Amino acid sequence: MQKKDVPPRWDRKMQQRLARGEAAALGELYDRFASLVHGLAHRVLGDEHAADTVTRDVFAHVWQHPDTYDPRQGPLRSWLAALTNRLAVERLRTTETAALARGGPGTTEDLERKVRHATVAARADYIVQSMPAPLRAALELAYFQRRDYRQTAADLGVTDEEARRRLRLGLQLLATAHDAGTPGAPPGMGGAA
Amino acid sequence: MSGRRPGPYDDRGTLAPGPDALPPGPEHQVLKSLLGAWALAACAPAEADAVEEHLGVCGSCADEALRLREAVGLLQRPESLDLNPALRTRVLETCLERRPPRIPVPAWATAYDTETARLDALLQDFGDNEWHAPVRLRWYEGDEASTRRTTVAGVIAHLMSVDGLVAVALGLEDPLGDVRPERATPSDRTEAYWRAARFPPTRAVRGPWREQSHRLIRTVSFTGSDTGRMTVPYGDFALPLHDAMLDRAFECWVHAEDIAEAVDYPYDPPAGRHLHEMVDLAARLLPVVLENRRHHGLAAPVERRLIAAGEPGRSLRLEIEGSGGGEWLIPLDSPAAKGSAEHEVAHVALDGAEFCRLAAGHVPPREAAAGQEGDREAIRDVLLAAASLSRM
Repeated sequence: MQKKDVPPRWDRKMQQRLARGEAAALGELYDRFASLVHGLAHRVLGDEHAADTVTRDVFAHVWQHPDTYDPRQGPLRSWLAALTNRLAVERLRTTETAALARGGPGTTEDLERKVRHATVAARADYIVQSMPAPLRAALELAYFQRRDYRQTAADLGVTDEEARRRLRLGLQLLATAHDAGTPGAPPGMGGAA
Repeated sequence: MSGRRPGPYDDRGTLAPGPDALPPGPEHQVLKSLLGAWALAACAPAEADAVEEHLGVCGSCADEALRLREAVGLLQRPESLDLNPALRTRVLETCLERRPPRIPVPAWATAYDTETARLDALLQDFGDNEWHAPVRLRWYEGDEASTRRTTVAGVIAHLMSVDGLVAVALGLEDPLGDVRPERATPSDRTEAYWRAARFPPTRAVRGPWREQSHRLIRTVSFTGSDTGRMTVPYGDFALPLHDAMLDRAFECWVHAEDIAEAVDYPYDPPAGRHLHEMVDLAARLLPVVLENRRHHGLAAPVERRLIAAGEPGRSLRLEIEGSGGGEWLIPLDSPAAKGSAEHEVAHVALDGAEFCRLAAGHVPPREAAAGQEGDREAIRDVLLAAASLSRM
C-alpha cells in the first residue's frame, strides 16, 4: 500500500537515523518498503527464495551504506526501487550465466533478452505502484475487472471523458517502462513517481 | 491491431498519405482520447471500429496506439502479496550482524517489534469488508467467560488505546487525546476511545496505531536499559516497562489471532523465543495472582506454617511443550516463596501457544491442560489464576 503525502522530510530523517546506527529505524524502513522491494525482486527473478535473498541484500546495503542515498537526488522509495532492480538483475544475470556455462539451454542473446524483459517488467510494476491512485484505479477496473470505460467512469464517479483520459494517461506512463536508460537507473525508475 | 485496413506505412516505414487521409480535426481529438480505452478493449464496438479506421490514416495516433497496446502487456497482477513474516527477522538480523547498531532495540522490546510488524502485515491487504468484520473479544472476569463485540478496526483501536498506557508512561502523546476515561485501565481506556469517536473505527486507525508502536520501539531504544525498571500503571496494577512491552506483544498476538479468525486467515504463534518470554511473564505473575485470589476467597486457603521469603514452598511444575517451551516451578503458597522441585505437589503439561490462549482467556481453564497429575485443587487454582490474567 502506498502511503500518500509522505514528505521528503521523512526520507531525510530516515537517512540520518540509519546513518546514526539506529536499529529501530531499520525496522521502520523494512516495514514501509519490504513489500515493494520483495515484489520487484520477485518480478525480476520469478523465485521466492531468490527474492528473499535480494530483499536481504537491499536492506543490508542501505543499513551498511546509508550515505549512498542522497535525499536531494530524489525520493528514497525510487532509490530503493532502483537499487532492488539493479541487485535483482545482477543476480538474474549471474545465475543465468552460470546455467549457460553448465551447458544449459539457450544462447547469450536469450539471456540478454530475458534480463531486458525482467527489467522492463519490474520497472512497469514500480510505475503502476507509484502512479497517482486515480489512474491506477481506472486501469484496475478496465483491465483486471474487464469494465468498459463507461462502466469505469460510473464506478469511479467521473465523466466518460475523464475515464478515457485516465486510461490513456495511465498507459502512457506505463509505456515509459520500455524506454531504455541504464537499467534500473533512478530516472527510469523514478520518472513516474 | 485490426487487419481490415491496408497498413498506413509505405515500405520505408514512413506514413504514406492515403487517399482518404483526414486532416486532424475534432474527430481526431475524440478518437485520440479513446486510445487508452481502445488499447484495453474497453470501448464500444462502434467506437473501436472508428478508432481502427482512424489509425489507418493517422500516423501519430497509430504510433501511440501501438505503444499503449504494448503497455497493456505490462499490466500484471501483483504477485506474492504475502510477504513471509519470518523474513523480517532474518533480514534485520543479517543487517545488524553486518553492522552492529549504535542504538539497538532492547532485547525485551523485540517481541513487541516483531508482533506489531506481523499484525501490520496481516492488515496490509484488508479491504473495507475485512476492516468491518465482526470480532468477539473474549476474556475471563470473576472466573466467568466475558465477551465484547467489536470489529477488526475496533480491535486495532483497542490495541492503540492500551499501548497508549506505555506511551503515556514514557512521556509520549496519549492517543486518547482529550478523552478522559473513568480509570486508566485497559478496558476503560478502550471503551472511552470507542465512545468518543463519532463513527465506529475504520481502517484509518491503522496509521496512528502503527505510528505509535514504531514510536514506542524508538523511544525505548533511546532511553535504553535504565527505563526497564520504570513502571507502567495499568489502573489496577502496574508492570515494569520491560514486562509491559512483553505484555503488549502478547496482547498484540492474541488480538491478531482474533482478527485472523474473524476474516478466516491463517496466523502462526510467535517465534519460540518470544513465546517463551510470554509464558515466562505469565508464570512470574501467577504467584501474585494466586495470592490475590486467596485474599478474595477465590483460591484455596493455605494451611501451612509461614514460609520465610526466599524459602522453598509447595510448587506446581508447569511444563510447556513445543517451540518456546520449558519448565517453571510456580510457588503456590506465597509470592515470596521460591519454587521448588522437592516440594512439587502437582504437574501440568501444556503446549506453549495453548497456555498463552489460556492466559488470554480464550480457552476454558477446565479444558486447558493436556496432562495433569497431583493435587487437583492446586491445579484448578493455577489454571483459574492463569485465565484470570486475561482482560479485554
